[in-house]
Amino acid sequence: MQLTRVLRECRRGASGLRCVAFLLVILLFVAGFLPAEAADHDELSIGIVQFPVMLNPDIEAVAAKSYVLGFTTRPFTVFDVDWKLVCLLCTELPSFENGRAVKTQLPNGKTGVDLTYTIRADATWGDGVPVTTDDVKFTYEVGRNKDSAISNAELYRRILSVDVENDKTFTLHFDRLTHEYAAIDDFVLLPAHLERPAFADPAQYRLRTLYGTDPTNPGLYNGPYRVSELAQGSHIVLEPNPHWAGPKPPFRRITIHAIENSAALEANLLSGTIDMVAGEMGLPLDEALAFDKRHGGDFTIIYKPGLTFEHVDCNLAVPALADRRVREALLLGLDRAAIVKSLFADRQAVANSFVEPLDKGFTDDVPHYAFDPAKAQQLLDQAGWHAQPDGTRKSDDGKTLSFELTTTAGNHSRELVEQVLQSQWTKIGVSIRIHNEPARVLFGETVPHRKFELAMYAWSSAPENEPRSIFHSKEIPAADNGYAGQNAVGYDNPEMDRIIDTLETELDTAKRKALWAEAQVLYATDLPSLPLYFRSDAFVLPKWLAGLRPTGNQYPSSLWVTDWSVKP
Amino acid sequence: MIRFTAIRLIEIAAMLVLMSFVIYGLIGLMPGDPIDLMMAADPHLTSADLARLKALYGVDQPLLTRYWAWATAALHGNLGYSRLFAAPVTATLLPRLANSLVLMGSSFVLAFVLSLGLGIAAARRPRSRFDAAVNFGAFAGVSLPTFWLALILILVFAQVLHWFPASGMTGAGSGDLADRLRHLVLPVATLTIASIGGYTRYVRAAMRDALGQDHIRTARAKGASETRVIWHHALRGAMVPIATILALSFGTLVSGALVTEEMFAYPGMGKLIFDAVMGNDYNLALAALLLATAVTLAANLAADLAYAWLDPRVTLR
Repeated sequence: MQLTRVLRECRRGASGLRCVAFLLVILLFVAGFLPAEAADHDELSIGIVQFPVMLNPDIEAVAAKSYVLGFTTRPFTVFDVDWKLVCLLCTELPSFENGRAVKTQLPNGKTGVDLTYTIRADATWGDGVPVTTDDVKFTYEVGRNKDSAISNAELYRRILSVDVENDKTFTLHFDRLTHEYAAIDDFVLLPAHLERPAFADPAQYRLRTLYGTDPTNPGLYNGPYRVSELAQGSHIVLEPNPHWAGPKPPFRRITIHAIENSAALEANLLSGTIDMVAGEMGLPLDEALAFDKRHGGDFTIIYKPGLTFEHVDCNLAVPALADRRVREALLLGLDRAAIVKSLFADRQAVANSFVEPLDKGFTDDVPHYAFDPAKAQQLLDQAGWHAQPDGTRKSDDGKTLSFELTTTAGNHSRELVEQVLQSQWTKIGVSIRIHNEPARVLFGETVPHRKFELAMYAWSSAPENEPRSIFHSKEIPAADNGYAGQNAVGYDNPEMDRIIDTLETELDTAKRKALWAEAQVLYATDLPSLPLYFRSDAFVLPKWLAGLRPTGNQYPSSLWVTDWSVKP
Repeated sequence: MIRFTAIRLIEIAAMLVLMSFVIYGLIGLMPGDPIDLMMAADPHLTSADLARLKALYGVDQPLLTRYWAWATAALHGNLGYSRLFAAPVTATLLPRLANSLVLMGSSFVLAFVLSLGLGIAAARRPRSRFDAAVNFGAFAGVSLPTFWLALILILVFAQVLHWFPASGMTGAGSGDLADRLRHLVLPVATLTIASIGGYTRYVRAAMRDALGQDHIRTARAKGASETRVIWHHALRGAMVPIATILALSFGTLVSGALVTEEMFAYPGMGKLIFDAVMGNDYNLALAALLLATAVTLAANLAADLAYAWLDPRVTLR
């Protein structure tokens, strides 16, 4: 009755707020039920949370850049969705069987390897210029130059020289033979015909590279798509590369929007401004789970476990943490299964070692530490930390068992987990002071300078990636090595060093598996860090999109964009 | 007035020199070196790489040496290169500045015009229903968190009604004026709603004060029309405190609106400054922050000059 009266007043031309409000409500109601505009899906809009600042594939490796370059650039080799090494720009992986890999003896007595690759005959830059060994030579020249700001200089140090056989075939001479000797995924070609002038002054290359000054130049890209528009800080538009000879790109246009706020990312998804959120650079798992509950029926949501290992580093320079019993007690005092269940809906696997279950080197035959607060308290008693009436623990000399726990400020998932850790450890008498820092401070200062007690963060790796940087004693960051290395806990075990050194040169699969198992058992016994879980990425996709398969490794799904399609 | 202006300009120049040193020093004192961060992300980097990259990016020199090199180059018109964007600072800064001026300028003008109307109307009818409604609206506008307001606008006008795009500055492959205007509507509305409350409160208070002055009563007694009383006599007096508020707001025109820019993925100065500071991009952060400082100082000078024009009793010395 009330509505009828208002409607009548409106019809009579009566003005007023009520009339306006009534019309607005009607409008919203009607609009909510309007059928969505029919789309032919020849365009795809993707949301990611970071804007890739500059697209040169060899300067500053960041995830957002890798994702965009997955559409536009073909590396020689990558690990595919089955975590198998495959050729993308080359015709065949070198092996000793096919004669493309040859062991060599170096003057210093070490064993090296010569690897011969052939560039695909149809590989062409986006301006029609064929990809040739001239690009290989140029890329090597840039990589070897100490002024060129190339991030992975280690790769170019390992390549002693390059021999060119013809326009398409070349040989790389490596100074060592490793088990994944054929993998040269970081050797990403630069177009010599365009980039050579920018490299005239190597020290200025990072500022003059066309990827920064002329990013829409089609000749910079050799993948199925090329960058046709780049609005710095906003979006990147990709259009099919007319000279691409592989399978037809599925979309007339792909737009990648950078939306850093995850709530805004979600709103953009619901408004249709973007069609999907890339798992590699998208919603944190807890927010993806909440989104799934509310709108899961409207989207395809894929949870893909990956190689990101979430853990708590124990600084072994802290006397209390140097005692293995204390570290074991800390792990036993955590109900990791409950954390994963309640906070992440069991979408992430509890970690018992640092190797992901999908990795070839994984073994489950390691010590497990299920939640056992009674045993944890027993261990702390044995370590000389005695329970006090106020619930804390003290040593004989009156010191309280208390640690500072640090993680990245603003990372909602970690901050949630951190509170649970604090609560559970308090129950076994360990006091925790939370001191979080922005990522730039934590990773730029606190962790490399070993100024923490307990630090929660993640390591990302490649399949079968030897843990040299995180566990080898030569990788402990210190002032005299310029704080290089990632062994910030200060783990120093000659047995682990031996396993890592052997692993890097062992080619026999069975022996490698045994070595990997040894490393995991040693880790799970020594517990230099406390394993929490392996992180999963959440891919939010439109129902009409097919063929997107997350890899779970460091190679983005965008590398296989030609497998994507629109469901009929 | 010329002497006053000249002295103030000298003071502004001195302040900018001082601020450039303070800003440079503060960024330099922030923990977390950019090259150390690169190292943390890439296990292949060795200490030799670290030294090489630090020398290449110039962060191996003492802070004072770096500042002196920057200041010398800046005096010759060279603001240097942005490390984060691998481009000259001016080339990085100017497009973002233009974006921010469009966004912030539109909302500033809109908010000011609306608040002038609402504030004057409310001041003319104190303690009326309209005055109460304006006060309520003003407090609501001031109290609403910007990110929440932005989300609600996206939800209603982008998600439900599909009237406006939820993010960005232009559509992909588009970018004509109509497209740009469509993309501007929601962020401008957010900023306008967020700032209109504060301005309205100032305008209302200043007008209430001005309307109680003796010369207003005299004007009315002399038979001046209400329109003339309001717009000619009262508003001029009320504009003195309002000019101060406006001058202080001018700095935001070039320093951007971080939250709104982030919510609408709008590439403006707020996000640029944030990224530059967090990424230890000295040249870029310094140029952007100095620009904001210079505009704020210049606007304050303009406000001081405006006082003398608005109020004949004020003398500039």
